[in-house]
Amino acid sequence: MADTLQGYATKLEALARSQGLDYYPVHFEEVPSSFMMEVAVYGLPVRMPHWSFGVRYIHQLIQHQMGHSRLFEVVFPGNPGRAYLARNNSLQENTLVTAHVLGHADFSKNNALFRRSQEQVGYRIVEQAAAHARRIGEAIETHGEQRVEQVLDAALALEAHIDTFADLNRPRYAPRAKGKAAAVPGFQSRFDELPGEEDRDKPAEPAPMQLPPNPERDLLWFIAKYAPEMQDWERDIFLAVREESFYFYPVFASQIMNEGWASYWHARLLREADFLPQNEYLDAIKTHSDVVRPHAAGQQAALAVNPYHLGFVMWEKIVEADGLKKAFQIRAEDDDFSFVRNYLTEDLAEELELFRYESGKDGTIRVVDSGIHDIREAILAPKYNFGAPQVFAKHVAVDGSLDLVHEHETDGRGLDVQRTERVLDYIGQVWRRPVRLTTVDGEGNEKVISREAA
Amino acid sequence: MANDQSSFLEQRRQGKGWYDLFSRGARDWLRHNEKVQDAVRQNLPELISGADILGQGGERTVKVPVRFLEHFRFRLADSNERSGAGQGQGKPGDVLARPAQQGPGKGKGGNDEGGYQFVLELKVDDIVEWLWEELKLPNLTMKTGGLREEDYVREGWNRRGVRSRLDRRRSVKEAIKRRAIQTDGPPFSDEDLRYRQLVVRRQPATEAVVFFAMDVSSSMTERDRRLAKTFFFWVVQGLRRQYTRIEPVFVAHTVEAWEFNEEEFFQVQGSGGTVASTAFGKVAEIIDERFDPSRFNIYVFYASDGANFRHDRESAANVLTQVAGHANYMGYVETVPSGQHSLTSETAALFQGLMEAGAPAGRYALSTPESVWEAIRTFFTSQATAED
Repeated sequence: MADTLQGYATKLEALARSQGLDYYPVHFEEVPSSFMMEVAVYGLPVRMPHWSFGVRYIHQLIQHQMGHSRLFEVVFPGNPGRAYLARNNSLQENTLVTAHVLGHADFSKNNALFRRSQEQVGYRIVEQAAAHARRIGEAIETHGEQRVEQVLDAALALEAHIDTFADLNRPRYAPRAKGKAAAVPGFQSRFDELPGEEDRDKPAEPAPMQLPPNPERDLLWFIAKYAPEMQDWERDIFLAVREESFYFYPVFASQIMNEGWASYWHARLLREADFLPQNEYLDAIKTHSDVVRPHAAGQQAALAVNPYHLGFVMWEKIVEADGLKKAFQIRAEDDDFSFVRNYLTEDLAEELELFRYESGKDGTIRVVDSGIHDIREAILAPKYNFGAPQVFAKHVAVDGSLDLVHEHETDGRGLDVQRTERVLDYIGQVWRRPVRLTTVDGEGNEKVISREAA
Repeated sequence: MANDQSSFLEQRRQGKGWYDLFSRGARDWLRHNEKVQDAVRQNLPELISGADILGQGGERTVKVPVRFLEHFRFRLADSNERSGAGQGQGKPGDVLARPAQQGPGKGKGGNDEGGYQFVLELKVDDIVEWLWEELKLPNLTMKTGGLREEDYVREGWNRRGVRSRLDRRRSVKEAIKRRAIQTDGPPFSDEDLRYRQLVVRRQPATEAVVFFAMDVSSSMTERDRRLAKTFFFWVVQGLRRQYTRIEPVFVAHTVEAWEFNEEEFFQVQGSGGTVASTAFGKVAEIIDERFDPSRFNIYVFYASDGANFRHDRESAANVLTQVAGHANYMGYVETVPSGQHSLTSETAALFQGLMEAGAPAGRYALSTPESVWEAIRTFFTSQATAED
């Protein structure tokens, strides 16, 4: 099979390039399905050890054994890209998967969000993550499993709390410049410079910098840089977790586009692959229709939207209406937010039978009458900020205690108190000073959750 | 240029991948289980004080239901109201799901892992090990004083013996030694054979008898007996940890005392008053008949609600002193209403007297299932120090 597949792959690549796909070389590797499962659980082929992955692993294993999930491939962007194919795929499946991977490879090389994160992590996230895992292994040998685990409990719990607009190697806050250099440009500064004002406005020394100067959403970075008593190896772990989150963000925030794009291209490449025998084409395209479908066979409706299917149909419409050139431009410039808002039209939503649902207080879930705007926002709502609540570092007090604030106005309601307490405990183990968080309770009143340092 | 090409299935040609050798998922899963066990250990006294472990035969286990550990994250408070996007046939107003039909697999996977449960089956032996560690209990000191048991042990070699005790390694060595000086001798001769020899040695006694005496008079309620029962159970387990052979003896009393087997003992319900001296008398009698104090480590535990007939005080004190002379330790637990810790009863005074006289004895108030562990801790700690 390998030789046949290699033959197909070479031809598929030639076809892909002739159609304008542009990607870094991809290393394909066949792996046992047990390994595929681990990659799916960890998100990376080699990743730091943590017990929480063990729980996810068991769930995946149960799902797998019940036949609920089958993984055909996992692909990692980079130069070279890396694609893992399940060893039990048939030749037809692998043909489809190879074409699919080329779509992903093109997307990750050209999409702006991916390009930015790839530039930051140096096109070698697989190797970087393996290096993190090795460093953490060394830390376990030096400092013991328990201490490393405490740091990872905190760092991984805050995995989603990064600022993807900041740089990966983000420097500490610039110290407040002496005198008036830090003053706001514009009228105020010119006003300040007017003669005769100097005596009144002459602070003896610049006020100590407020920390953080503005509410900080990059919690992993903030703790790594400003925790009063953290050791270097602990800060290192925080920054390692942050780097991996940087890598995960575009995967998460452009899933509809990316999976849709790869599905569009596997369908198109196979359709145009005149070298494929007819029956193999049919088998391969059968796999396509099993994966790229709105909901499970036999179901009338699903309480979720399959990103493969949604993305696939949207790309088909775009190419049909505006041509390939426009499609290439969109794949380079957009992310799921702009993609769905700009190109999921009312007609398309109707054709796809998309709807919005709501549940009443009694838990009954009903379809509600919604305009296209509401449907788009319902699709996008779980995608903000990795789907995590918005939590900011607000202030570090004189005694070193840390104040966090939950932006409940954006999220619509307060945080789960019990979980928050436990997360604050995790943070307390590395911050080593009291940690407080302000949110709202069920009635909308301010609630401060406070934990002493561990 | 070669580097610019995608390469296909390169690993297959290089043979097995590293991932065939090691599963990270399994490693992290084992670590999770370790943490669950630790968590269970820390809450062990509460978890198993309610468990029904008594009266089972064979290898005893306790089943504790546990949840998967949750790795906590910031999450919005639960809300009955949720909304989202779906796909399929549905007109506004169509009902898609009712609360009763909520099954797994809907909603976002993510952190819903906490919902799964699995049952951890713990061996009583393991629990006892953990408890002893957790309660920081010392090992018991066994009764010293001479060698009491005879046993055969291997010692030295003999040129004659039965075939089964032939020591082949030793015999070959002998043959090698012989041939070193006897260059033309046969490879083996009868002279080379060595047999292991057994001799009789006297061993220190590691047998113990533990008396469980319980007041089953009408004043002892079901709750009182259950507390006593739990206490007794863990005492036996604790002693088993140390002694290869341990024989429990069960004595129940009202105004009279009887010996029971284990099952009957916990079922028995007497009526009438309490004359504690009868129980201690029975214990003394059984020791005389069956358990030579020079051979056996003797433990006596007595549970009562403390109400003893006043006129029994003197005889009870006498017979108690007599038993104390033989026993490694005597413990008294009094079942009291929850919240009470002081012991002012008639029987408590008896044991107080014993302790003041320097006998290895202790007493403790049992009010709640949790206090059982405190009682165990008190007894085993004081027993160890009493004998040091």
